[in-house]
Amino acid sequence: MGITFRKETFRDDFTFKNSPEHIRRFPFPFHEDSYMYAVNIEPHVLGPKGSVLENLIDVDEHYVAEMQDRALVLAEDPLRCQSLPHMTLAGWDLLELLMEQQAVGYPEHFTLSRDGDKWRWINRPLGIDDSFTFGDVSTLPYGPMEYITRQSQGDFCILDQRDGNLWMDAGMVTTQADWSLDFDIGMNFFEWHAPVPLAHEKGIFTRALKFLTNIQQGKPARRLNWTMTINPRLDTSPENYHKWGPDRATVTPENVGDKVHLRVELQSFWRLPRSNGIVFPIRCYLIKMDELVTQPKWARRLHRVIRDLPDELANYKGLTRYRRTLVEWLSKLDDGSPTSPGFGPD
Amino acid sequence: MAAKSIISRPVYGTLSPQPGKHHLFVADAEGALAITDLAAKAPDGFFADAHIIFIPGNDSKHVAALEALKPAQFYQGPSFASALPRLKQTLANAHMGLHLYLAGTEGLIGQAMQAALEAGIDHTSIQTEHRGSLARRIQCVHCKGITENVTTQPATCSHCGLLLLVRDHYSRRLAAFQGVCINAEDRSEIPPTEEIFR
Repeated sequence: MGITFRKETFRDDFTFKNSPEHIRRFPFPFHEDSYMYAVNIEPHVLGPKGSVLENLIDVDEHYVAEMQDRALVLAEDPLRCQSLPHMTLAGWDLLELLMEQQAVGYPEHFTLSRDGDKWRWINRPLGIDDSFTFGDVSTLPYGPMEYITRQSQGDFCILDQRDGNLWMDAGMVTTQADWSLDFDIGMNFFEWHAPVPLAHEKGIFTRALKFLTNIQQGKPARRLNWTMTINPRLDTSPENYHKWGPDRATVTPENVGDKVHLRVELQSFWRLPRSNGIVFPIRCYLIKMDELVTQPKWARRLHRVIRDLPDELANYKGLTRYRRTLVEWLSKLDDGSPTSPGFGPD
Repeated sequence: MAAKSIISRPVYGTLSPQPGKHHLFVADAEGALAITDLAAKAPDGFFADAHIIFIPGNDSKHVAALEALKPAQFYQGPSFASALPRLKQTLANAHMGLHLYLAGTEGLIGQAMQAALEAGIDHTSIQTEHRGSLARRIQCVHCKGITENVTTQPATCSHCGLLLLVRDHYSRRLAAFQGVCINAEDRSEIPPTEEIFR
């Protein structure tokens, strides 16, 4: 039995929501009642059935709607997808990775067949059946990175590795938490993270870079990151900040449950075989407060995390304007009882 | 500026004579003084194969001092844009071992470095020295337009008119600081404008 893909929107009337099964599989990012940066990187290995780790590249009920939203963003602003000239080979690496993973994980929806460099890719949810020559860009309607990332959930950054550093030299970034690929493309690991507060002083990026430059083929790694978004909007780009920013001033005690969303990024890191680059998928999961608090443990824990977050972090994550309203709302769901260890619901 | 900044913000040094024969200087306004200071430390004959591209600005101050160094080539241009074709050709035809020295305003250093990066020169091999105005070149993240010579915080985008927070986040590829709408969440909030990049 395949996935039933929802018809929904991430803009205008915002009809996005999670089914009850998808609420239970939500990758809640807090394993304890407080939060601070850490180099929380672990091997990206398969997790339990029914979790977002059931497959290493997760496809879920929002797939079709997310791909439609991506197409709208790209039509409006093609600069969200860029690849510096030396990154084409890495784009082919990524195309192979995503086709293989999606075909293995979801054979009822995706099929990849190969005869030497003659490939055929069938994507049933999006109605695509293309035959092409691997390595020959003239046989695809887009460059290889753009072609496959128009068919894969999440943002994708491809990093070139040279001089002991990682360089943000290609990407498809339409669902980002407020950073600009167009501005950051070509920067090294420290430069594109420059605006992040507190973490540089803690040596987070030095250690993370050392880890990432040592990632081996076939041994991907992952970490979770999080922020909050008002309305289930995927495109919270700085490019459009003047359009979505006013949403943050619309949170009231009455609409917190529907408007405020926890936004979790499942970031994974994969060595690419031909280019020796690293691809960094940033898979975004959204859940509104009304859905999240159906799990009492998550409600109690989120209350404590947001209440105790250092102001500098709250500011960086853009929570300041509605934080008090949110904490007040969540406090009513926190009876002060202890929470069990670990991420999962009770 | 002594204020604590972030890692993507460029750091400038002091020009010093490098070993070798081929030296290309690009400077504007008071950047000329960085070149004459370097000349005081340089060995005899240092400028015999040097090329100076100079944009003096509103007056021709410093031109005579640079000419007195007797560089093999001296060019004086009315703007960076007018000097750019010449700079690009020089970089494209450069010999191995060319040393590049940039001095003056951040906008000049950034744009000359952008041309050098496009010509395949590694940015860490380029000598830079900041002299003169702290005015910034900014890219509006919203409309992508570049506004030159920004001296205030916040600043108005000269293309789309949004009021922008001028960040320290800097792109060498764009040769620009990032500008992000400062009152996106509530347009009625107008923070005071201060002249801080003079």
